[in-house]
Amino acid sequence: MLFTILNVISTWAIPFLLLVIPIYGYLKKVPVYESFVEGAEEGFTTAVKIIPFLVGMMVAISVFRASGAMEYLSQALAPVTALLDAPSEVLPLAIMRPLSGSGVLGMATELMRTYGPDSFIGRLASVMQGTTDTTFFVLTVYFGAVGIKKYRYAIVTGLTADITGFIASIYICNLLFR
Amino acid sequence: MSLLNLIWLLLLASGIVVAAINGNIEVVTEAALGAAKGAVEVCFDLVGVMALWLGIMRIAEKGGLVAALARALRPLMVRLFPSVPPQHPAMGFIILNLSANMLGLGNAATPFGLKAMQELQTLNQGSDEASTAMCTFLALNTSCITLIPATIIGVRLSFGSANPTEIVGPCIFATSIAMLIAVSLDYWFRTYSRWRRLL
Repeated sequence: MLFTILNVISTWAIPFLLLVIPIYGYLKKVPVYESFVEGAEEGFTTAVKIIPFLVGMMVAISVFRASGAMEYLSQALAPVTALLDAPSEVLPLAIMRPLSGSGVLGMATELMRTYGPDSFIGRLASVMQGTTDTTFFVLTVYFGAVGIKKYRYAIVTGLTADITGFIASIYICNLLFR
Repeated sequence: MSLLNLIWLLLLASGIVVAAINGNIEVVTEAALGAAKGAVEVCFDLVGVMALWLGIMRIAEKGGLVAALARALRPLMVRLFPSVPPQHPAMGFIILNLSANMLGLGNAATPFGLKAMQELQTLNQGSDEASTAMCTFLALNTSCITLIPATIIGVRLSFGSANPTEIVGPCIFATSIAMLIAVSLDYWFRTYSRWRRLL
């Protein structure tokens, strides 16, 4: 039931905003088309400004993953997952989560293909994928768009949240699905 | 120097060293060039969506809708963002971004978020260092609850799961805890400035 409601909201939200905002603006005597073009122009420049930041980050992540360095890191961290009572198969996914959205989706898909979506690994992988965000990607894009180069404590906060998310995922899955 | 420099260097350098030891150094070139191309493609995919949403939002802003939204959630927002004036347009865009994130509208969330960052940057005196408000916003953003993780439900469905949506509750549970930690930690960093310079 809740899911159906949420699904309806997701489907309707964008058409709704596209209808309501211009009508509202028009009623408020905003020059709607000219304002639209003005805002849209800003969209282009913002997207272009992100490029150098994203190139830097994606190259480093891609080299790290393709070289097999990530595999070694997850092997080195295997005792940690054992301690948390989680299968080590999900560890590469946990490491990838903050780095790359498409990478982590590929890994979650691979785990579900191998073990099945209703296996413990499949469920845990699903929850991990659905929990938290690609922290590095978000920080790179958001800070890049305004030319911020010093991220201060934002990385530590984001990564701590990610780690908390994984531990909480493992905890809740052990509780519900074991 | 920020921690980011070190993380970036470690990702890149350890990748290259591992590839060299494993005797497949050629993957480095392939991965690096492919990723560079991919990054530009991501940005170009963003151009159209960004233009559409920032265009629409300019109308909303001029009509006073963004400010109205910020007013409605003011009591919460002033606590989370004490350094941002309550009437500032950044507040409205932060709310829009987080709402879009919760609804899983990734396409709409990014333009709102970037607009929020630009508004926050106007309060930052053109500095290239993140403001505390930016850090709080990103702590909320990266740990934000998604009410429907649509992509993963789709993947589960495609592999014939008996109950593809059973993971929604656990996701919300885990994300809520992550969000709580993120907000608390951010508050702690913001308050104890001694640590701010170290990171």
